[in-house]
Amino acid sequence: MEQDLKELKIELSKNGIFTTTLEEIYNWGRKNSVWPLTFGLACCAIEMIATTMARYDLARFGAEVFRPSPRQADLIIVSGTVTKKMAPQVVRLYNQMPEPKYVIAMGACAISGGPFRDGYNVLKGIDRYIPVDVHIPGCPPRPEALIHAFMTLQKKIDEQALRGADRPRHLQADLPSEFPVPAFGAHGLEPAQNDEVFLAEQGNPLKVIQ
Amino acid sequence: MTPLPSPEEIKTLIEAGVPGATVTVIANGSPSAQHSLLLDHEHARAVAEFLRDHAELKLDFCSLVTGVDWPDTETTAKVKGKKLVAGPDGVEQEQEVEETRKTKVPGYLEAVYHLFSMGKKHGPVVLRLRTANRTDGTHLPSLTPVWRSAEFQEREAFDLYGIVFDGHPDLRRILMWDGFVDYPMRKDYVPPEDDILVTGVKA
Repeated sequence: MEQDLKELKIELSKNGIFTTTLEEIYNWGRKNSVWPLTFGLACCAIEMIATTMARYDLARFGAEVFRPSPRQADLIIVSGTVTKKMAPQVVRLYNQMPEPKYVIAMGACAISGGPFRDGYNVLKGIDRYIPVDVHIPGCPPRPEALIHAFMTLQKKIDEQALRGADRPRHLQADLPSEFPVPAFGAHGLEPAQNDEVFLAEQGNPLKVIQ
Repeated sequence: MTPLPSPEEIKTLIEAGVPGATVTVIANGSPSAQHSLLLDHEHARAVAEFLRDHAELKLDFCSLVTGVDWPDTETTAKVKGKKLVAGPDGVEQEQEVEETRKTKVPGYLEAVYHLFSMGKKHGPVVLRLRTANRTDGTHLPSLTPVWRSAEFQEREAFDLYGIVFDGHPDLRRILMWDGFVDYPMRKDYVPPEDDILVTGVKA
């Protein structure tokens, strides 16, 4: 059925008739105007800045407008080491963004703590507290890698169905759009991770085996 | 420009200028030969002021304050001694025996100050202060009233090593948050168990 519709659409477009669906045009609009938050944490942020400048030109993907307020942003690029002291602020910024919102974890530090993993002061990955859509490895990742991550995110947005059980979170009223902000404890952050976010994905290779 | 006097000469100057002060020169065996001066708590402040105001030294700039943790150590030494030992015939005889004795050397925390002179363009002069131990006697006199630049760095040593600087105008944690109780740069610090990679098992 779907294949037939696709062929029909192609056939119609050959005859000068343009057809689309609400879902397609909605996702096409969304994926080409993802506005990131002006937000950098460490050296990865320098690569992120380079990505937006003339040589790499992130504006080609509709993401040139870095918004200085989380209220106007669609995407948070966690670019750099998240220290334990900074983690609550990162989660709070994410909570302040309106849905639909996306997260790119840029670089080894944002993914897992990277070279500072064994330190007393570094969070071992931002995906412990907020749901990450795209992870980019690298230390720091080159601008091409960030652009690739951005295109991956665009593809992900484009493939989101607006109906059905696996429709995106912002279309499901019972799913949360805000996540608990970790508190400063006596020895570290409390809780050490938000299990609902961190272990939610099925087949997570990092899943804790009791 | 006059060359900086040697640590021994500075020690003599201090002992002449600050009556009652005990200064120990701690030699540095490495090629840098950056010897340092260990001060006593009671006169540390007076010695610091003396070094800052002395016409020849004029050490007006404290560029660095850092903490050092020296944990408790145990030394084993073989000691030869004489002991009364019962022989096979039941008669006690004096014999030479070798014993291994373990002695516990208590650790301490140390604050190190590097001083330079802006006017004289010389330095560094390295000062050390040692606490009584690592548990309940971790107090040291603050040198912030003498060199303002020591303020944040003494706070850092307090935050990460737990050295309490008496006389510091604003002794709070500077890098970690207020509710934090550990001292992460101490050698016996154990980070919280928040690593989950070790428990990952393939299904």
